[in-house]
Parts: sequence; C-alpha cells; structure tokens
Amino acid sequence: MGGGLYSTEVQDFDKTLDLKRVKPYGDTMNDGKVQLSFTLPVPSGPEAIEAAKQLIRSMGMDNPQVVFTKELTPGFTFFNAYGSLRHTVNYTTIRVPKVDSKVMDMQQVDDYIREHIGRKLVMVGASTGSDAHTVGIDAIMNMKGYAGHYGLERYAMIEAHNLGSQVSNEELIAKAIHHSADAVLVSQTVTQKDIHIKNCTELIEMAEAEGIRNRMILVCGGPRISHELAKELGFDAGFGVNTYANDVASFVAQEYVKRKAKQ
Amino acid sequence: MRESKLGLDFKKVESARTMAGEIAGQVQQFVENYTTVAVERTLCRLVGIDGTDIDGIPLPNLVVDAVSQKGILGDGVLRFLGIAVSRTGKSPVQIAGEIAAGEFDFSCLEINKPENIARALSPYIEDSVSRIRAKRQSREEGIKKYGEGPRPLLYVIVATGNIYEDAVQAQAAARQGADIVAVIRTTGQSLLDYVPYGATTEGFGGTYATQENFRIMRKALDQIMPETGRYVRLCNYCSGLCMPEIAIMGALEGLDVMLNDALYGILFRDINMQRTLVDQYFSRIINGFAGVIINTGEDNYLTTADAFEEAHTVLASDFINEQLAIIAGIPEEQMGLGHAFEMDPELENAFLYELAQAQMTREIFPRAPLKYMPPTKFMTGNIFKGHIQDALFNIAGIWTGQGIQLLGMPTEAIHTPFMSDRYLSIENARYIFNNFKDIGREIEFTKDGIIRRRASEVLDNACKLLEDVKEEGLFTALEKGKFAGVRRHREGGKGLDGVTRKSPLYWNPFIELFKGKR
Repeated sequence: MGGGLYSTEVQDFDKTLDLKRVKPYGDTMNDGKVQLSFTLPVPSGPEAIEAAKQLIRSMGMDNPQVVFTKELTPGFTFFNAYGSLRHTVNYTTIRVPKVDSKVMDMQQVDDYIREHIGRKLVMVGASTGSDAHTVGIDAIMNMKGYAGHYGLERYAMIEAHNLGSQVSNEELIAKAIHHSADAVLVSQTVTQKDIHIKNCTELIEMAEAEGIRNRMILVCGGPRISHELAKELGFDAGFGVNTYANDVASFVAQEYVKRKAKQ
Repeated sequence: MRESKLGLDFKKVESARTMAGEIAGQVQQFVENYTTVAVERTLCRLVGIDGTDIDGIPLPNLVVDAVSQKGILGDGVLRFLGIAVSRTGKSPVQIAGEIAAGEFDFSCLEINKPENIARALSPYIEDSVSRIRAKRQSREEGIKKYGEGPRPLLYVIVATGNIYEDAVQAQAAARQGADIVAVIRTTGQSLLDYVPYGATTEGFGGTYATQENFRIMRKALDQIMPETGRYVRLCNYCSGLCMPEIAIMGALEGLDVMLNDALYGILFRDINMQRTLVDQYFSRIINGFAGVIINTGEDNYLTTADAFEEAHTVLASDFINEQLAIIAGIPEEQMGLGHAFEMDPELENAFLYELAQAQMTREIFPRAPLKYMPPTKFMTGNIFKGHIQDALFNIAGIWTGQGIQLLGMPTEAIHTPFMSDRYLSIENARYIFNNFKDIGREIEFTKDGIIRRRASEVLDNACKLLEDVKEEGLFTALEKGKFAGVRRHREGGKGLDGVTRKSPLYWNPFIELFKGKR
C-alpha cells in the first residue's frame, strides 16, 4: 500500500514557504494537496478509477488518490479524489483591481454624506433582464439588509428605490432619470450562459445612448461579479460575494465626492 | 379535541380558518365576475385547439386575440367557438387554423339565431374530460402497482435547460431515490403571456414548460418506475401569466404536482393581482379535478422577509391559500401548503424555532401534504456547511412528519444541481430519515419551553394579521405590503390588460364539470 492519505513515505520536497512559488497546502508546506470531486460519464469499475487518475495527472497533479466512487446512475460515476499539484504561482507579482475607497459602516457613511454632500444620495436598484432573483438587490437595499449589514433603505442619508426583479434596462434607466438618481445599482444572480454579461453590457450601452452615463455612478453586483469584470463591462465598480450594503454605500459616497471635486 | 404536542389552542386555529375563509370569500366575489386571456386560452385547449401558426404563435393566443378584437371576449371564447362550430360544421382546431391564416369568416356570428353551443362543443369537451380522467386513473393505477416512497416524499429539481438532458437527470434522480422530480422553468417564462410549443433545448437556469416537454418527462419517469419499484411524481410550475394553461397541459400529460400559489406571482413576479387571482381560481379547479397536488409558495416570503420575524405571514398565507383551494374544489390531500427552513444559522436556538414552526404547520393542516422548503437564503457557497444546514432541515422534516421535503443542495447559490449534488442530498435525507424515523413519536416538548412558546406566538401573530386582512380585504393588504414586505398596486403589475369582465352571456361549463365530478 503506497501513498495513501496516511502515507508514511518520505516526502522529499522543500518545506519552506516561497511566495514566488506558492502551492496548495494540506498539512505540510508545499505538499500541494488538492481535494476534488467530479463525475465521469462512464460505468464504475477499475477502468473508471484509472480514467479519473489519468485526468487528475493531466490537471497537473502527482500521486492521484481516488478515495470514493459511486455510480450515480448507470454510466455515470462520481469520484472524490486527492492529488498533489505540481504547479506553483508567483504571489508577489499579482495585482488585482479593487474598489478604491475606504469601507465605512452605516453610521460613518451617513456622517460622511452629511458632511461632504449635505443632501441625501439617491440610489435606484434592480435585478435586471429576465433575472427573477431579488435576493441580491434585497440584501443590499432592503431595510433589513443581510448578515448583520443593514440595507440602504435604512440609511438616513440615502434615498433608496428598490425596483425588484425582472426589470428591463429601459425601465431602470427611466426610473433612474425620474428620481434623478446619483447611482444606479444592478444585481445579477442568474449567470447561466453568461446572461449577466449581456444584461450588463446592454445597460451601459443604453445609459450612454441616453447621455446619463457620466451623470450617474453605475454599480453592479452579484455572486459571479467581480470588480474587475464590472470595470471591463463599463461600470464604475462591481461587488461580489461577501460584500454588503455598506461596501456599496461607501464606494458611491466617496466616488460622488471625488467626481464633484474634479468638476 | 385534537391533541397537540405544542399545546396549540385549536380554538384559535379555527378562528384563523374562519377569518381566512371570509378573506377568500371576498376574493371569490371579485373573481367570479371576471375572466382573463389565460383562462380563455385554456378553454381553447380544452376543446382541442393546440399547435402554432407559421410564425410559431400558439393557436390559442391567435383565437383569443381575434375574439378580443371583436370585442366579445367577455362572452367567453367557448360561446364564440360554439356558434362557429355549429354554423360552419368545422372543428374548433380547424376554425383556429383559419383564424391563424386570416381566412375565417366572422360574419357567421352575425346571424341572429339561437344555437345550442353546448351541444356543438360537447364532443370536444367530453374528449378532454375523458383524457384528463384517464391520466388521473393511470396515476392511481401506477401508485397501486409500484407503491409510493415513505413520507416525507423526496423532491428534487432538474434544470439543465434541455429537456432531453433533463430526462436523463430525472431518471438518475429517480434511481437514487427521488419521489418527485420537478423541472425548473427557464428564467422569465412566468412573464410570457403564452406557452411555448414543442420540445425545447435552450433555457436559462431551467427548461421551458411546454406540453411536449411534459410528455417527454412523463415518459422518462414512466420508463424508470418498473426499475425503481416506486411511483415517481412529476412536478412543474403553474405560476406566472399562464397559470390555467400550464394546469391544463399538466392535466393532459399526467403531471402529479404543480406549484400553484394564489399570491406568489403578485408578490414575486409583479403580476397584476386581479389577473393572478382570477387565473389561480381556474388553474386550481383544473388541478383539483386532475388529482394534482398543488404546492403553495409561502417559502418565498422568507427569502425577502426575515424568517424569525415574519413566520406568522407564512402561516396566515397558508390559511388563505387553503381557503382559496377549498373554493376551487381541491381536497386537503392535494394541498401541499408551503413553508420553509430559512432562519439565520447564527441565531441562537434557530433549530428549535424551526422545529416549532414545522410542528405547528403540521398540526394545523393535518391532512395536507405540506411542502417543506430547504435553506436557500443563508447558503453561502461553503458547500460543506451547506450540507450540514440541509441535514438540520432534514431532521426537522422527519421529526415533524412533513409531506414533501424539497431537498436542499450543498451547491445552492452556486449553480443548478449537478447529478452528484442530487445524489449527495438524497443520501443525506435517506440517512437522516432512517436514523430519526420515529423521533417525533418519542420526544415531547417541554411545557412552557421555547418550542411551545414559539408556536403559540406565531399562531397569535397570524391571527392578528388575518384579522387585519379580513377588515381591509386582501387587495388592500397586498397594497400595504403585508406579505413578504412587498407592496403591489391593484392596477399595477403585468397582465392587467388581459382581465375582462364577464358578460351575462359568458359560458364556461368546465367550472361546474370539474368541481362537480371527479
């Protein structure tokens, strides 16, 4: 029996951390351990296990271990497996675009707006296109908020309009103009076949056509949205997982002040 | 006097039921005076009109639009078809074809001579009724032959967008132990004011509900039942702008379960409340006759409102949904009233509150196959913790004897389920249901303890809410945002232009036919 999880074989690799050559960590520096689960469209059996191991090797892993298999239905086998990744990554050269503003809590945001803007900021938000999920926009806008972060409706210095789900981009823009919005917030939860990218791109194009692109701060958010993607699509900022109402409010308030200063 | 493990005051339950009955009665007074384009399209389908024109527009839409343009929709499409059939000698579907081709001569309507429209349409009506009855019988025979899974039934979804892939996934799920397979609809279908035609292979986050897709799935499940040795139910969604049309397609194709909530479309799809309330009535009449279990959507309230603070709105809505279902002739055994396990996992004793509410719902609706929904709002992408949240949900489900357990997936909030996600969730549920099988009979709740106090508090609050709604009426309550914190205007939302007041000539024999006979 060689090389299982309880392997006692001599592990012959450098165990010091090198940020230029970072590898996954199981329980020993640079062991490269990766946990995998996937299904192959083949019946279970020794050939299936071998197929899984070969795939794991071609993913760049040594010592593939298939620890569990189950034929889910004839011709489809599920695997839990481990491997040791050969690849490394140079952490020291990584630069990720980030939302460039200080994150404040609700009270601080309200104080900031009072002090620097002196009136309520108007924000109009919606889940757009065919997306029926309100969970994202509600988490940001509803009074109650999410995970202990109150929503924008509770902010004393924000006038929040939540249009709900399945709002067309036309309607969102019309409402944003109607309310003289300072910021437009778009939520995209469904991302099958990149529908979120299509919805977002269309909004930017329409905002440009309406001539409001530079009058309003445009923000999008959702579980598969990153700041980088949002910028690429033409938004001012993007908010992904683990960001809350105060992240959005902090950004919008500071961005508003920054723009006013430039004028 | 029924016995309650929670010390529930059944006098309060009865008074809640009475108030909900009055609320539903007020709604029904409105409903009976109106019809909708969706109801009329359903009637087209009930006399055999199906198919599309060369542009893919469904014939029922073309017929109803034509009748509407003639200004006689208030008389009902069946009155028009009855006259047209008796004067032309053609069948309803032939007439529809001529309307689609722009060849139908409407002048036949202008002859002023009494017609026996009932006699003209009776062969078509009888044909549909006997087809639906046959599907109902074939379900009953299937259940007798193959048996059923123990309660709670295991409910899983498939949602690939491609009906043929869905069929593969559904068979796999049935083999793994699923009792109910639901095909999630593509995003946005609820807002289409027509039902697409034929088999479909493209969708976003789900698959189009079409009659052909229903047939493909039913066949896939029928094929698997000799192997599973268990009747496997098929579920779809009677919601949105086509509630009764989807109901009739399901009834004709042997669907067993339908999501069919009276308020869901209003609150969560911004469909006009008049439209939905008229549509839900006829859709439920069909589901009642077809022997279909309806599932209500109260669980959705808790995705927007807080599950601890707003639990009573779920209960109040269950009472209202129950009463509206009774009016539509749905027996209790077909009322899959909804509720959910959606409390914040960080809340201390959250499981005790969930248990209290699940037990309370069970005791208040003792014969209903309650549909219990899994955590979704607080699923984070941490699939390992998610699997445990689902385990707690499963414990509450078996403990309190739920009817239908909609299995949570560890990958909720990430993607529509993989085949392996479904396997893991079914394994989770079966393990827990087996290990906890009789726990509900073994364990009592402490008198004046957290669980009993929670249940009576939720019931009290539901009674207060029902009293308010009874005073101001359901329409006003919806306008004030009493449910799910969502405000909707009586004249707002989608689909209001499809609502028409019935004329004194209006004729729809199916209401009595379906409600009267089974």
